[in-house]
Amino acid sequence: MVPRPTFRSYYGEPVINPPRWEPLNIAGYLFLGGLAGASSVIAGGAELTGRPVLAKVGKVAALAAIGGSAAALVKDLGRPARFANMLRTVKPTSPMSVGSWILATYGPLAGAAAASAVTGWFPRLGRAATAGAALTGPAVAAYTGVLLADTAVPAWHEAHRQLPFTFIGSAAAAAGGLGMLLAPVAEAGPARRAALFGAVVETVSSGAAERGMGIVAETYRQGRAGTLLRAAKALTVAGALGGALFGGRSRTAAALSGAALVAGSVCTRFGIFEAGLASARDPKYTVVPQRERLARRSGGG
Amino acid sequence: MGVRRWIGSWPVYRQLTGPDRLGRGAAVRSRHTDGLRPRTGTADAVVKSVCPFCAVGCGQNVYVRDRQVVQIEGDPDSPVSRGRLCPKGSASLQLTTGDGRLHQVLYRRPHGTDWERLDLDTALEMVADRVLRTRAETWQWESDGKRTRRTLGIASLGGATLDNEENYLIKKLFTALGVVQIENQARVCHSSTVAGLGTSFGRGGGTTYLQDLQHADCIVIEGSNFAEAHPVGFQWVMEAKARGAKVVHVDPRFSRTSALADVYLPIRAGSDIAFLGGIIRYVIEHERYFREYVVNYTNAATLVSEEFADTEDLDGVFSGLNPQTRHYDPSSWTYEGVRVGAAAGERGTPSGDVAKDNPDVARSAHPESHGFGGPALHGQPPTDETLRHPRSVFQILKRHFSRYTPEMVEQVCGVPQDAFLEVCELIAANSGRERTTAFCYAVGWTQHTVGTQYIRTAAILQLLLGNIGRPGGGILALRGHASIQGSSDIPTLFDLLPGYIPMPHTDVHSDLDSFIAADAASKGYWSNMRAYTVSLLKAWWGANATAGNDYAFDYLPRISGSHSTYDTVLAQRAGDCKGYFLVGENPAVGSANAKLQRLGMASLEWLVVRDFNLIESATWWKDGPEIETGELRTEDIATEVFFFPAAAHTEKSGSFTNTNRMLQWHHAAVEPSGEARSDLWFYYHLGRLLREKLAGSTDERDRPLLELTWDYPTQGAQAEPSAEAVLAEINGWDAGGTPLSSYEDLREDGSTACGCWIYCGVYRDGVNQAARRRPWREQNWTGAEWGWAWPANRRTIYSRASADPDGRPWSERKALVWWDEEAGRWDGHDVVDFPATRSPHYRPPEGATGVAAISGIDPFIMQSDGKGWLYAPAGLVDGPLPAHYEPQESPLPNLLYPKRRANPVRELHTTHPDNLYAPPGGGGYPYVITTYRLTEHFTAGGMSRWVPYLAELQPEFFCEVSPELAAERGLTHLGWATIVTARNAIEARVLVTERMTPLTMQGRTVHQIGMPYHWGRNGYSTGDSANELSAFALDANTHIQEVKAWTADILPGRRPRGPALPEFVRRHRRRAGVQEHPGQER
Amino acid sequence: MAPQLIAGARLPVGAPFIGSQDAAGDTGYTDHPPRMGFFTDTSICIGCKACEVACKEWNAVPEDGQRLTGMSFDNSVGLSADTWRHVAFIEQSVSTGSGTGIGTDAGVRWLMASDVCKHCTNAACLDVCPTGALLRTEFGTVVVQPDVCNGCGYCVPACPYGVIDQREGDGRAWKCTMCYDRLGNGQEPACAKACPTESIQFGPLDELRERAARRVTQLHGAGVGEARLYGADPDDGVGGDGAFFLLLDEPETYGLPPDPVVTTRDLPAMWRTAGLAALTLLAGVAAGFLGRRPFQPGRSR
Ligand SMILES: Nc1nc2c(c(=O)[nH]1)N[C@H]1C(S)=C(S)[C@@H](COP(=O)(O)OP(=O)(O)OC[C@H]3O[C@@H](n4cnc5c(=O)[nH]c(N)nc54)[C@H](O)[C@@H]3O)O[C@H]1N2
Ligand SMILES: Nc1nc2c(c(=O)[nH]1)N[C@H]1C(S)=C(S)[C@@H](COP(=O)(O)OP(=O)(O)OC[C@H]3O[C@@H](n4cnc5c(=O)[nH]c(N)nc54)[C@H](O)[C@@H]3O)O[C@H]1N2
Ligand code: SF4
Ligand code: SF4
Ligand code: SF4
Ligand code: SF4
Ligand code: SF4
Ligand SMILES: [Mo]
Repeated sequence: MVPRPTFRSYYGEPVINPPRWEPLNIAGYLFLGGLAGASSVIAGGAELTGRPVLAKVGKVAALAAIGGSAAALVKDLGRPARFANMLRTVKPTSPMSVGSWILATYGPLAGAAAASAVTGWFPRLGRAATAGAALTGPAVAAYTGVLLADTAVPAWHEAHRQLPFTFIGSAAAAAGGLGMLLAPVAEAGPARRAALFGAVVETVSSGAAERGMGIVAETYRQGRAGTLLRAAKALTVAGALGGALFGGRSRTAAALSGAALVAGSVCTRFGIFEAGLASARDPKYTVVPQRERLARRSGGG
Repeated sequence: MGVRRWIGSWPVYRQLTGPDRLGRGAAVRSRHTDGLRPRTGTADAVVKSVCPFCAVGCGQNVYVRDRQVVQIEGDPDSPVSRGRLCPKGSASLQLTTGDGRLHQVLYRRPHGTDWERLDLDTALEMVADRVLRTRAETWQWESDGKRTRRTLGIASLGGATLDNEENYLIKKLFTALGVVQIENQARVCHSSTVAGLGTSFGRGGGTTYLQDLQHADCIVIEGSNFAEAHPVGFQWVMEAKARGAKVVHVDPRFSRTSALADVYLPIRAGSDIAFLGGIIRYVIEHERYFREYVVNYTNAATLVSEEFADTEDLDGVFSGLNPQTRHYDPSSWTYEGVRVGAAAGERGTPSGDVAKDNPDVARSAHPESHGFGGPALHGQPPTDETLRHPRSVFQILKRHFSRYTPEMVEQVCGVPQDAFLEVCELIAANSGRERTTAFCYAVGWTQHTVGTQYIRTAAILQLLLGNIGRPGGGILALRGHASIQGSSDIPTLFDLLPGYIPMPHTDVHSDLDSFIAADAASKGYWSNMRAYTVSLLKAWWGANATAGNDYAFDYLPRISGSHSTYDTVLAQRAGDCKGYFLVGENPAVGSANAKLQRLGMASLEWLVVRDFNLIESATWWKDGPEIETGELRTEDIATEVFFFPAAAHTEKSGSFTNTNRMLQWHHAAVEPSGEARSDLWFYYHLGRLLREKLAGSTDERDRPLLELTWDYPTQGAQAEPSAEAVLAEINGWDAGGTPLSSYEDLREDGSTACGCWIYCGVYRDGVNQAARRRPWREQNWTGAEWGWAWPANRRTIYSRASADPDGRPWSERKALVWWDEEAGRWDGHDVVDFPATRSPHYRPPEGATGVAAISGIDPFIMQSDGKGWLYAPAGLVDGPLPAHYEPQESPLPNLLYPKRRANPVRELHTTHPDNLYAPPGGGGYPYVITTYRLTEHFTAGGMSRWVPYLAELQPEFFCEVSPELAAERGLTHLGWATIVTARNAIEARVLVTERMTPLTMQGRTVHQIGMPYHWGRNGYSTGDSANELSAFALDANTHIQEVKAWTADILPGRRPRGPALPEFVRRHRRRAGVQEHPGQER
Repeated sequence: MAPQLIAGARLPVGAPFIGSQDAAGDTGYTDHPPRMGFFTDTSICIGCKACEVACKEWNAVPEDGQRLTGMSFDNSVGLSADTWRHVAFIEQSVSTGSGTGIGTDAGVRWLMASDVCKHCTNAACLDVCPTGALLRTEFGTVVVQPDVCNGCGYCVPACPYGVIDQREGDGRAWKCTMCYDRLGNGQEPACAKACPTESIQFGPLDELRERAARRVTQLHGAGVGEARLYGADPDDGVGGDGAFFLLLDEPETYGLPPDPVVTTRDLPAMWRTAGLAALTLLAGVAAGFLGRRPFQPGRSR
């Protein structure tokens, strides 16, 4: 029979259009952007506090990650040749426009910092660039939270108060993890602490987000998103604790913990991305919260 | 670009320096955006046109740039459409300029396995040669000793998609060649309308027009899916609704029309005579008829011959039935003391009773000739204006319909009594002096073995209620194709000459005198038949038609019995018809029993197809279903096939006649490209070639062709004949060549020529009146200065009936025309359909004839008694009154006349092995099937399945079933079903929907299955054709096929493939006992 | 004064990114024509789909695929890059003899409604577009500039109505332009022009809103109590739609969100959150460097 639509949907068709973004490109972009931003901060600290290897690891990682993320972004464009149009305008209402300008500022700084670190040329300039990257890096890591939250995708928008925190947490964990993985144990203390800090922030904020979003929280717990996010949590917690407890003693433990953290961050980003897709595809996640909101409004006068 | 400018055009700079700080508007505009211009604004020309799809006839503006059509949209000035277009009209650009068209001539040689290229000139030469060869081989001077002067070797099908001018040339050329098997969609579409309305009112066109529906207080849509099949016309229903009118829809299925109706009633397909008969009974029993109207304007008071016996007396048949020939002798049906014109009554001619009881004459579809001019009666019957005389029409009517009780309606139609009575009351309450009800129908009524009588039933009801000829009243026959009305008026039909003059019949028409004597009436305008006929002959044979040679009357070939498209198919199978022109018709999909259509074509020597693309009727030899099943082998098929690409409506000038009886001119916007040519071009040049080839021939056979007037001016590099010159000939001229202005100018002395008398006036003053386009906002609602309507630009016909016998409007609310005593003429909103200066108080003197015999209270001026016919004393071959009969295939007995299941004179082709019928009661085929249209597709699909924008909206063939039937048969939503009849089986996707309702009657549940019939195997969207399942089971008056009600079985899953398919059908037949029941029983 | 963000969908008056009803005036058109819009009265829609076809013909929108969906007579499914007008078909059982004047006694009601881009007063798609491809016109409508769009795809999940989408193969985003080119030439949009029953009415938005209010009153008077306007309220979550509707059932029945919100409403808050998150990242990572010296492995507190 021609299905009789239920109260809440038109033949179960989504109300909103799910993003057409390739998960690999965009979740990858989120991850790499976060990794870059937080790595620059670590690199800056390391530079200041005389941890040359950690600094160099951070700078190179930042450049590689930001390069990768930019590549992913361009690749995802429907018209890659027109990527320069991103700088056609400055739009504070567009997180992607703001992000583009942030990237346009941060990218060259991260590049200069890394280049100087690798070649040893223009050390003074390199230091200035390192500082600049360290100061702009957090913006790179944080704005992506707004990028996702400023959409009609229920799982993202409903988390708009937490998503930037979740993302910087995940970024710190990843960057810390990478530091643990690549820098000598002796220099990696701040990386371990950054990872621990990141893991705590991420866990707390994502928990808060899920509690605040009613039925939509299902999308974080079910399906592919659920699997990814459970893995993310396990990896991140294990990596952070492992790093904190054993990372200072064992290179292997540090490396393993670091890798787990990086992987955890990857899973977080892909998990959140998938939760968003799932919430967009099922009209219930759009309609039910809106209905509840309407009911509250009329109930509350 | 300078740096300054570059910076200046950078949105960031503009954001910083201008008002659009956030970069969401003015600052971020691109140069492309600033330069946007619509192509409607940059066009070189806007050409006025008309939508080529349906008979609503929506106005179109065609935008041309650089000799290309760049856009087509609605013409806001049109009073019919007001600028709107349905999806089909909106897809006209893709239809005409898209990839769905071929622009090359193709040729398939006998036994060939593929197409070959041929150039246009060669192909035309070859076709001309074949025409001459076949004509010579099959020429027939006489048959059974009677002059025929014809060939039955050649046939032509199609015309409803063509311009009037093209139809005119086809009929003229082929008639001169002696070809009589000329047919078009009108046969399969609305032929029963012409007979039904013609015998009731004197003309076969709808009595009103779309825009007038806005004045209705109640609109009954029955037998039409108005909103889907005439979407832009439906705006007038919505307009009425917005003004408070009630809309009723009675239909087997809940359609998009039902969705917008106030009341919807599901009904069993094939039972409307019972339903309408029930309303007639209600109106009579409860005295809800409009007595003053009925007494004065209908034949209610007339007394009927004592010989007449009704179905009440004869167990469901009328007097005069000959059970052997299955044919009525209608002589007993006449009025008391009145002689019926020979042809009209199918009776004896002045020279003897040759046609009495002659099925051949009855089969000649003569009832269709009442499309303009009712049956001829001679004599003055007695009347009883008290309506109490037992033999008065009124009393006969009352007795006849007395058994059509609400209980009966419930048991026959499946409509619950209370719902039925509610509708009765609604209609009655909205009729009378102050209010009017309009009936709208289309092929849900026409396509039955009792199709003509369906229309008659509605006519009776509307006459009783006093709704004919009045604003917001009437019967609107919603016609089909863009010019199907035109192709009936200028008929590419076997039984008619232009203007509903009958084709001469071998048995009754030996010369002009006998021809006129047999058919002309002594009273009313039809008494001028001689003037109309002579003028036609003058238009065709000019100076060669003289009083001395009977105006070349003998040049006309004669018909003998039926040469309808269905008979032609059988003639093809029999090897008698060898050459076939298909010009804009696709019988392999659109005609009943598609398989027989193809088998007919496979027996031809040659076939010419003119269309936009390779429709199924052009490629069946290669990829038809019979090739798949192995019943035919391509290599064995000897038929030679020519494909000629046709020009589209934007590529030629000409007129379409829409459902308002209105001619509208469309102007060529561009020349056709490639080898595409207009049909006007094709027939003009074919005729020219034939005449060249025969030049100098002294064979008497060739004289009509050689003496034919055939000298139309041509224009342009393609030598396109002037359509306007053809229109001028259709309109006619006087001896001095001055265009005539009205059919009242026509003379029988040969001093006038006129190609179609009812169109006389369309070229009045030498002006193409059909091309008039005064915007609707600048005139009253009748839109009199937009296009030109027959007759004489009258929009509502029989409008005399909108005023009381004294000539005053029945009510102010419903004023249309009125008698202006001072001026001594009729005045009104519309051109009055009455002699303009005839006073309402005029009474003809004793013995008056012709127009002088029309009394001041005779609104039906084409009827021989001036009255609307509640009872048809002549003109129809299956009875003077409608009676409910079951469809040929029906699951139920006839409750109303238990001894008479189906129409006793329905036409069957029982002997054909591919045209078998289900046994009475359905047997193994228990479900009722009905077929219909979807808004998104058009007819046999030639103009929609090749158009992606339309095809994607309804991409697949499907059938609709109720959840109950789905459960009974294990059908699943979107799954496949196989549907099988006594003839064939097809598959369709299933839509299970509550819009289909099982009906309860006679103690059982009747399930109906709905199927659109648009699909076929070719094109962009493909599927099985519904018409693989339908049969040749025809209405006896006009040979229209019963495709609105037959029976089938339905099974889950796809149909068998290859040879397994016919085997499956045979197995089913055996199980159902088809062979034991030839279908003819009662 | 504090904008109500949670309980209602109402827009914070005077928030930095939220515009007034004068959409064109807000976006830099100083001297502009009245705001134009659509009022789609679904109670008189005959489901003919002329609007869909007329739109495709005018805009040369590609065919959208051949698929029998079984969703009643809807085979276009929803709005997309290749379907800018979409007619929904909803078959409903209703109690017999509903006497609504719209329904019938058949026990079936068949709703048909033509959906289109809402040309929101506050258009999320336009707000988030990073390139300025999306644009507010002088008529107050929202259009994509195909020569600018780089196919970033951000507008797709931003739209709360699921309207705009990216075209496969082409990469760019497409949607209804309210026939901007025609409007500029004084012509009405192709869909409205074609609509046989005037279910689609085009005109100055003010007038349409008045007309619509009258129509609802009229229908209520005729017993059609279920008639309601959708998107006509200038105080709703998007500031009112430039294309609004008269519906005969709940919005979600037609696939429309019951309480759509332009997320730009929350964007200032999101930016603040992101700023805070960035600072948190900077501080959190920096803290990891405090009081610790490099080259002193093993020494921990
Ligand atoms: N979109 C579109 N428009 C068209 C066409 C098209 O193909 N597509 N074709 C044009 C042509 S050629 C024509 S002739 C007209 C036809 O116009 P319509 O006659 O309106 O078209 P149909 O859908 O064939 O049939 C009308 C209705 O009759 C119903 N019906 C079937 N049997 C019965 C019956 O016994 N009694 C009653 N009361 N109803 C019955 C069917 O369910 C259907 O809803 O449309 C024209 N317009
Ligand atoms: N089962 C069932 N069968 C039916 C019906 C039904 O309701 N049920 N309805 C019947 C009715 S009412 C009708 S009218 C018929 C229609 O049946 P057809 O007339 O066979 O169907 P169409 O597809 O309209 O065929 C017309 C052809 O003309 C072509 N054409 C268009 N314009 C031109 C032109 O200018 N020149 C030329 N040369 N060709 C042109 C088109 O491309 C198309 O292929 O079907 C009938 N068959
Ligand atoms: S198909 Fe008929 S209703 Fe549709 S646009 Fe053409 S003429 Fe008008
Ligand atoms: S409906 Fe969606 S696409 Fe249309 S203007 Fe609003 S946000 Fe943009
Ligand atoms: S896809 Fe195009 S229109 Fe959409 S946000 Fe990106 S650039 Fe703007
Ligand atoms: S306004 Fe123009 S672009 Fe928008 S849906 Fe209508 S026709 Fe298409
Ligand atoms: S054109 Fe008008 S009536 Fe037809 S589907 Fe669109 S909105 Fe409905
Ligand atoms: Mo037709």
